[in-house]
Amino acid sequence: MSVSASIGYFLPELILAGAAIAVLIAGLFIRNKAVLGALCLAAIILSICNMPHSFQATGPLFSNMLINDSFSEFFKEITLLVMGLVILISIGYKPLDDESAGEYYFLLMSAAVAMMLAAASDNLIMIYISLEAISLISYILTAFLKHNRSSSEAALKYFLFGTLSTGVMLYGISFIYGLFGTTDLSAISSALLSSGVNGLAASVSLILIFAGLSFKCALIPFHMWVPDTYQGAPTPITAFLSAGPKAIGFAILIRIFLKNFFPMFPDWVDIVQAVSIITMTAGNILAINQEDIKRMLGYSSIAQAGYILIGFVVGTSLGIQAVMYYIIAYVLMNIGAFGCVILVFNSIKSDCIEEYSGLSRREPALAFCLTVFLLSLAGIPPLAGFFGKFMVFAAAIQSKYYMLAIAGVINSVLAVFYYVKVIKFMYLNDPRTSVKEPKPFPAKLAIIIALIGILVIGLFPVPFINWIGNSLL
Amino acid sequence: MVKYAHLIPLFPFIAFAINILFGRRLKKASAVISITASTISLAIAAVTYAGFLKGGGSYAVGRWLSFGGIPLDFGVTVDGLSCMMLMVVTIVGTLIQVYSVGYMHDDKRFSRFFAYLSLFMGSMLGLLLSDNFVMLYIFWEGVGLCSYLLISFWFERPAAAKAGMKAFITTRIGDTGLLIGILLLFFSAKTLYFRDLGHLGINDALLTVIALLIFCGAVGKSAQFPLHVWLPDAMEGPTPVSALIHAATMVAAGVYLVARTYGLFIAHHGALIWVAYIGAITALMAATIATVNNDIKRILAYSTISQLGLMMLALGVGGYEGGTFHLMTHAFFKALLFLCAGSVIHAVHTQDIFKMGGLLGKMKVTGWTFIIGSLAIAGVPPLSGFWSKDEMLSEILREGHPFLFAIAVITSLLTAFYMFRLIFVVLFGKPRSELHAHESPAVMTIPLAVLAVFSVFAGFFKPVKVEYFMLGVSMFIVIGGIGTAYVFYILGNKVLPASVRSKFSFLYKIILNKYYIDEIYEAALIRPCMSLAKFAASFDLRFVDGAVNLTAYLSMIAGRIQSWFDKYIVDGAVNMVANITWLCSAVFRRLQTGFIQNYILIAFLGLAIMILIKLIGGY
Repeated sequence: MSVSASIGYFLPELILAGAAIAVLIAGLFIRNKAVLGALCLAAIILSICNMPHSFQATGPLFSNMLINDSFSEFFKEITLLVMGLVILISIGYKPLDDESAGEYYFLLMSAAVAMMLAAASDNLIMIYISLEAISLISYILTAFLKHNRSSSEAALKYFLFGTLSTGVMLYGISFIYGLFGTTDLSAISSALLSSGVNGLAASVSLILIFAGLSFKCALIPFHMWVPDTYQGAPTPITAFLSAGPKAIGFAILIRIFLKNFFPMFPDWVDIVQAVSIITMTAGNILAINQEDIKRMLGYSSIAQAGYILIGFVVGTSLGIQAVMYYIIAYVLMNIGAFGCVILVFNSIKSDCIEEYSGLSRREPALAFCLTVFLLSLAGIPPLAGFFGKFMVFAAAIQSKYYMLAIAGVINSVLAVFYYVKVIKFMYLNDPRTSVKEPKPFPAKLAIIIALIGILVIGLFPVPFINWIGNSLL
Repeated sequence: MVKYAHLIPLFPFIAFAINILFGRRLKKASAVISITASTISLAIAAVTYAGFLKGGGSYAVGRWLSFGGIPLDFGVTVDGLSCMMLMVVTIVGTLIQVYSVGYMHDDKRFSRFFAYLSLFMGSMLGLLLSDNFVMLYIFWEGVGLCSYLLISFWFERPAAAKAGMKAFITTRIGDTGLLIGILLLFFSAKTLYFRDLGHLGINDALLTVIALLIFCGAVGKSAQFPLHVWLPDAMEGPTPVSALIHAATMVAAGVYLVARTYGLFIAHHGALIWVAYIGAITALMAATIATVNNDIKRILAYSTISQLGLMMLALGVGGYEGGTFHLMTHAFFKALLFLCAGSVIHAVHTQDIFKMGGLLGKMKVTGWTFIIGSLAIAGVPPLSGFWSKDEMLSEILREGHPFLFAIAVITSLLTAFYMFRLIFVVLFGKPRSELHAHESPAVMTIPLAVLAVFSVFAGFFKPVKVEYFMLGVSMFIVIGGIGTAYVFYILGNKVLPASVRSKFSFLYKIILNKYYIDEIYEAALIRPCMSLAKFAASFDLRFVDGAVNLTAYLSMIAGRIQSWFDKYIVDGAVNMVANITWLCSAVFRRLQTGFIQNYILIAFLGLAIMILIKLIGGY
């Protein structure tokens, strides 16, 4: 489709981009993070309203650079959900001052546009550019607390690691270009079907691309940046990093590997399977002894990515459905948990798990919400996390990946330990202080949305599974 | 009138919601709410039972979800087994809640306690009514959660907090097996309904695996060997909890699960015989431990483990009737025994039986109901325990297992012995220490009396034909067990037990230490896991740190060597490389980000391994 005809389908992104610029300019005059945040939320809602909401693919846009299908729309909506929640919890985050709020929201909104582009890209160059845009914005956001040493340090580590990973990915893309003479994914997949290709070169270049995306999804061994960056970054940004780029990483993995390069499935499946098992096992083992809750949640998010990867390895439509369901659940419970961490930090000025002692008596509602999020992450029924795990394992068993299913189940038992440890501190230990801070309404709203979300999709999964089923590639 | 059965669990759940939300304002009134809810459930259960006797059966309430193209209904099982258990749980549950009003009267978390009890009642009733594995599993985890919450109810005591954790983790090991079993069943047989279990079109080997995996769940929940270790520790919870959850109902869920999925087990005897032998090992082992323990609640806990083992043994040899019958009678008299123990503890504030003595004179109701409960569990005719034990024993013998029959008889003999050891030491003789015992209030003694009536008459619910041989065996068990206890603890008080103990001191030590199973788990499982986790974390933090410093140091040395090399051999541009390496490491170290080199090294090593695997393995 030509550029002029494509614009009509590009309205949600345009709204966000317009809002990003508007909020940057408005930030010069209105120095109030709540007002600016509300502006962004309005843009997000407007953008959702302008989504096509149809399950018919309208095909390629902008000279085949982007594609408009229901799969990309699903991930665009996840992006907007993540952004909405992150903005809500950002408003309640104390270290973020009113002075720089305009820049902060500008960066978040730009990241949203980049993520929506990445979800819809149908060309390797477009994928690379939009991923690079997400990464650059993420580096700046990680370092956003300029006077905070650990924030800058976290950003530097993230940046160095990220640059190398995208370099590796670009190297893989250059191989692909050499093999096929194009970076257009549709053209590549039809070439792959009709004429075949040098298997070794293609599978090495796929591994390189997988490595680059593994950085986004925080899979082992490309996870080393996670604990330091999660600990050092401003907590709303940690929530964003753990949810947004990871979801998009999986979307791109599915699009490249399970759609366009599906004929080469046997060439890469064994390696990805090994990565999945190592990721969840190491993530869980490392999480056990963590004393900082952000670091613990960082390792936990690595382990969760390992579970999600099971569905990806299975590769059947049930597997992809499981991945997509798990991502919704994961986004809600992870952002919810980080939202709670922010509210706790506001009153006790610490992220140390021991400082959570007696939270249930000091702030029962907050402790209850955090408990639900942690139990959902641990996969306790009837919460969404349980159903996600259930679907992933079921998909693995259906396709006879018994090793994966057993590793996953054993891991989810292991994981209970460190999630319950936090609950134990909150409920069984005596409180150390009696400080009680008023909690900002937007952050409470975000937590309540996430809480209701994981209960609703856990108890009544059918409409969501139907939605996902209609959004498959 | 079975069509209201699905409302049975609803009322306790409502009571839970009210008590958890408004408990602080309701204070003592929360007990009224919980008890009312249980009573309503009891009434509906009775109506359901009557409806079942008139010919009602299972029904579906509505479509719940559809998974992998297979629809799953929100269904309710109404049959003899579920009706019997519904009645038992609602009757025992209501009585124990009444008793708890007295037992917990000055506890500061009174309303919280009743909220948890109601949550438990709702989950347990839901479990009994489930007609498919998914619902069962959800409620199964629900009762597990309640058990955890209530064991560590007095979390100020470290032992209670630890016991709760132990119970949660130990039973979850079994639950993992159960979940895998359910998933395997679903994908091999495409069904999750219990009613389809009798006629699955899958091969024997797979069926055996599924049955054994499901049995794993039962082993955890019903505290069977080797996962029995959590139940004795669970006695740290309040005594009404021990009576309700850890004696009468929740721990029976494992036996119930085996009975409910019996179609799966009898289809292939390979799985069934495992049930029998696990049950036999558990029954005998726990009974021997109970004979040497001195803690009144732990004796009863080991007794529960042993009796559950007997039920498993009976189910395992094909004795469905006897196993499920004993499930019912045991619930009544074991709840009674625990409540009596609670009443005693309430009066004397100790759990060591050798600090008690002569309490029968001071606590008439508690004492006599305690004796009735012990007579029932020992199997004295015509009390309830006699009928069910009799039926189990004759079924074991009839199915042709003389060895297992011998184990069951020895276990029963030991049961009579340790129960009357308890009775004689606690209720008779002279007080062993300064105790100001007094009878408990009526709100506690009335439930005791009602349960005593059930313990006496519950055996008549089911007509059983008496065989004279079995009657003889039973009389031998009763007279042998009680007689030995009488000789040991009334006639030869202190002298005789001590001499026997010294004669078999090696055996005594092993049993006293519970066969060292906890110690074995500690050494073989818990400590290695913990040290692995510690090692991994310290690797991540410290070793990597050390490695980074080493790398920096080595690169410095490399830089020096190279600069020396350059100075004399190459000169110029190459000199820069060494300097940059050194400069980078110095800069990074000053920023404390020296780690990052190592991070990237690891990432690249991983990538190289992946590509190498492809190169070597693929081509």
